[in-house]
Amino acid sequence: MQTFDLEAQGLRQLNTTLHALKGQTNETAWEIVNPKGAHAIAVGLDAPVDVTVRGSTGYYCAGMNKQATVRVKGSAGPGVAENMMSGTVIIDGDASQYAGATGRGGLLVIKGNASSRCGISMKGIDIVVHGNIGHMSAFMAQSGNMVVLGDAGEALGDSLYEARLFVRGSVKSLGADCIEKEMRPEHIAILADLLKRGEADHLAKPEEFKRYGSARKLYTFNIDNASSY
Amino acid sequence: MCGIVGLFLKDPKLEPKLGEMLTDMLITMTDRGPDSAGIAIYGRPEKGKAKLTVQSANPDADFASLAEDLGKAVAGKVTGVVKDTHMVLELPEDRLDAARHALKSLRPAAKVMSAGEGIEIYKEVGLPKDVAARFEVARMSGTHGIGHTRMATESAVTTMGAHPFSTGSDQCLVHNGSLSNHNSVRRVLRQAGMTFETENDTEVAAAFISHKLQEGAKLGEAMEATLTDLDGFFTFVVGTKNGFGVVRDPIACKPAVMAETDQYVAFGSEYRAMVNLPGIDSARVWEPEPATVYFWER
Repeated sequence: MQTFDLEAQGLRQLNTTLHALKGQTNETAWEIVNPKGAHAIAVGLDAPVDVTVRGSTGYYCAGMNKQATVRVKGSAGPGVAENMMSGTVIIDGDASQYAGATGRGGLLVIKGNASSRCGISMKGIDIVVHGNIGHMSAFMAQSGNMVVLGDAGEALGDSLYEARLFVRGSVKSLGADCIEKEMRPEHIAILADLLKRGEADHLAKPEEFKRYGSARKLYTFNIDNASSY
Repeated sequence: MCGIVGLFLKDPKLEPKLGEMLTDMLITMTDRGPDSAGIAIYGRPEKGKAKLTVQSANPDADFASLAEDLGKAVAGKVTGVVKDTHMVLELPEDRLDAARHALKSLRPAAKVMSAGEGIEIYKEVGLPKDVAARFEVARMSGTHGIGHTRMATESAVTTMGAHPFSTGSDQCLVHNGSLSNHNSVRRVLRQAGMTFETENDTEVAAAFISHKLQEGAKLGEAMEATLTDLDGFFTFVVGTKNGFGVVRDPIACKPAVMAETDQYVAFGSEYRAMVNLPGIDSARVWEPEPATVYFWER
């Protein structure tokens, strides 16, 4: 285990050190102490390493992540795992707005609540939230899966493309072109796998969720829908 | 951007350290806004006494005999302490309105920063660390306080455009965001008798709340009304003699984090601002919900 004291050594040094790690590195386990809510912690990693942040983080933690597993033993500020490509990011506490925004791959797990705009414009990332999500989540979400064990706020999945949204609790309101859809066996299978990988299979069963998706009336141009655009 | 910090103390033992804690929090938020900084500190009110904080671009000339001159004008005992460009005048509470009135003719260029039983506001152009040092904020004690560091968008970078804005006795407001209907709301409030010092959007929000309070609304109701009558982006933190409140617009893109322990309630634009507070690791930390009013009063 390599330990990095962020307060003593600074952010630039941290990210330079982590960026230097390549696929064959033997230094696969890292611990960052004294994060103190700093921005851009462990951003842009591209190696199969395991990084644990001992405390809460500021903006953009684990942004653009590839391959790495980043664990935050606290809460995360805005834009955690933004534009993640692959790998896993696990937040023990809450996540602020636009968690997992524009993510293209990998798995983001939030064990507390996520606030507004969670998964906005997601493009292939999987997001598992153990608690609730705020308003405008999965806005313009294009692909990937979002699993919410709690409740969803207003305008879930507004202007949705092909992402799948699974919510166990209540949905305050659905956004434009987002509808409830039937849960078929293949969705149960996807959900079971995500709950397991999202460390939530002891908390919820796939059968307890409802699935929401795109009505596909908005994103392919149709003159009859002109007033909705 | 803009950075906001706030601290409401529940434990009187922390009161001597209020200024020090707020200063540390505000300096941490410097990179959210380098244009100007300000702080409102509420001390424990003394019975029958009031405080008037005034600012002048020519403090040597304006402050030299101000306490004596005001004392004569209002026929009461007025004492004053000068801190850089600001002067805090202490006077009998029943002379406060007369003193504000007299100040206009005695020192036409001086500006009132705040007036009330507990409040003192210090604000200037510059970085939080410099502004806090000029006014020795770290040495101040008090029950609660609010700080702001500004990245200007809606009006010029001037002392009067800095936050907090105070538009009523013992009231102040700071803002992260921008309002789009401030001109029309200002017009309505002017017709209702409110006065304005600047073209700033935040001053309108402060006056809006002060006006609601004058009309008899409770703090919570006045803050609730901002959600229907003010258009734009905002996270507001409001201070009164007895407490402070927080409200965010329904879109809630301007960040806000709160922390509560047995000793205090703290507000920060970011968690970073709160990391040095005592007991923060075991505090309840949360993000205030959109379109929801929070307030704490003693």
